[in-house]
Amino acid sequence: MFQFAISRVLWLIPTLLAMALVTFLVMHATPGSPLDPVAEGANPLSPEAQRNLAAHYGLDRPLYEQFAIFVRNAVRGDFGNSFVYRSRTVREILADTFPVSLLLGSMALAVAVAGGLALGILAAVYQNRGWDYVSVTLATAGVAVPNFVLAVFFIILFSFVIPLFPTGGWDSPRNWVLPTITLALAPMGIIARFTRASMLEVIRADYTLTARAKGLAEGPVIFKHALKNALIPVVTLLGPMFAAVGTGSFFVESIYRVPGMGRFFVLSMTGRDYPMIMAVVLTYGAFLAIMNVVVDLAYGALDPRIRL
Amino acid sequence: MALSTRESASELGGGLRPPSDASPQELRGQSPRPDAASALAPRPTSLWRDAWRRLLRNKLAVGGGVVVIMLVLIAVFADFLAPYSYTKTNFGRLNEGPTSDYPFGTDQLGRDMLSRMIYGARVSMLVGVGAQVIIVLIGVPIGALAGWVGGRMDIVLTRFIDVMYAFPRLLFVILVMSMLGSGLLNIFIAIGLTGWVGIARQTRAQVLALRQKEFVEGARALGARSGRLLVRHVLPNALSPIVVAITFGIPEAIFTEAALSFIGVGINPPTPSWGQMVGEGQQYLRSSWHLCVVPSIAIAITMLSFTFLGDGVRDALDPRLK
Repeated sequence: MFQFAISRVLWLIPTLLAMALVTFLVMHATPGSPLDPVAEGANPLSPEAQRNLAAHYGLDRPLYEQFAIFVRNAVRGDFGNSFVYRSRTVREILADTFPVSLLLGSMALAVAVAGGLALGILAAVYQNRGWDYVSVTLATAGVAVPNFVLAVFFIILFSFVIPLFPTGGWDSPRNWVLPTITLALAPMGIIARFTRASMLEVIRADYTLTARAKGLAEGPVIFKHALKNALIPVVTLLGPMFAAVGTGSFFVESIYRVPGMGRFFVLSMTGRDYPMIMAVVLTYGAFLAIMNVVVDLAYGALDPRIRL
Repeated sequence: MALSTRESASELGGGLRPPSDASPQELRGQSPRPDAASALAPRPTSLWRDAWRRLLRNKLAVGGGVVVIMLVLIAVFADFLAPYSYTKTNFGRLNEGPTSDYPFGTDQLGRDMLSRMIYGARVSMLVGVGAQVIIVLIGVPIGALAGWVGGRMDIVLTRFIDVMYAFPRLLFVILVMSMLGSGLLNIFIAIGLTGWVGIARQTRAQVLALRQKEFVEGARALGARSGRLLVRHVLPNALSPIVVAITFGIPEAIFTEAALSFIGVGINPPTPSWGQMVGEGQQYLRSSWHLCVVPSIAIAITMLSFTFLGDGVRDALDPRLK
């Protein structure tokens, strides 16, 4: 177990390195450069100016050297200056925006887990009856309908038709409601589907029958005996779920004007903001990879049958 | 995002599909052992015919399938169906709601929304199918090689697959798109380059399981060479999870295109795409809601139909029910 944990954590290093390398190569292998003028069709900078700028940002060095410099600085948490927002370092921008994305993501995940479990349990307990259909339909819709489409419907419904919540912004908790729910629905649907499937399997198990046979009420049977065992496979979902919530937040953040990290991502890509792209991809990637390790370890701890 | 999760959900789901989806009669009729099944069943059926029968019994899946067929027809016959050209502007009638000559209204340039929706279906369907072709062409060979050759080849490929899997998927698609530039072909490439990982894992797992089976041993004993064994004996038996992965991959690709076009790195204007229409209409949400709502509903219906169909196909092919 301990050995497994160590090896999983150590594997993070090559994974992140490989991720950085792939991003770096894709970034540099394609036409276009940060020295190109930002405006479409504008006159390019003079060759001397381009050379000077390239030298200033270290873009004139061979690629392997650039990558080595990047890795050396990144290890110390220094991602350099943003090419687009020149007065700020990438680290400052991330320090401002990442907490916002993290708050939004955590709230959405909390809603997703609570709602998903409730829907899944309801569906399993009332299998093939009203509640089951309601919850399965809700779950499928949540999974299938893209969140920017959901956002459009929510704004129309809850901002225009029934003016309950503002259309965007991030100043007060009232602004948080719509983005959180929009972001939560997809993972909620997935959790609900998995919980239902896993509950149904457990409800049929012999130990559930035993619990019923010894005269336990339905409540303790479901919550004490069935749910505990049904939750184990659901835990593995939480890893990919972080990815869903993390990347899904681009759209949600841009529609609801949330000042999070997602907004910067698209801008940095189209602006060839190399330091920013690397930082954003690696932040998401590292977060996701760490969460996967945590989930793997939690899985082993929850289920003693699994030997790591 | 939603992307990678949906994919991994279907993948993880393979392990814990509830036996509940099958009606009791179905479970009783299907014996776990194939030799016994033929004795019980009224006549021998193939896996595919069996699956087809079960699919037809699933009402949601049939409903989804009908919508999908309609969408494909709309996409194919767009030129005949669209009342106007998707680029024709009418500056006298901007942002108009539904009227008799413009049933879905007009957009911010006075273009007919109905015609743009019809051509948008073409983009969605092309992306859905086109990206899958690339995904299968990359994913199946890599997965099959890793599983079949094994050894060092397997270790290297699996590591590579794992690293690709750790990438936040949509992030990578956006990265590739902003580097390649927008356009339909580039969308195929971006989705293909990032989407093969799931199918590769599935194929590898299937091949690993199948290479131990007696019929492979038998074919080998009869003198079949390695390549022939893989292509003629192993892969055809690995087909059903691949088919399931494809049915879930199509809506995923459609979603990805809509998302890319929504943020402006997908389809080149003036070619209409539903995602792009939602993105552009979003700023007129308060004054002309139809700009946003019409394509939103279309995306929602398309995604739901493909998902219901995909769920149906998965349940119909699921080996756990056999």
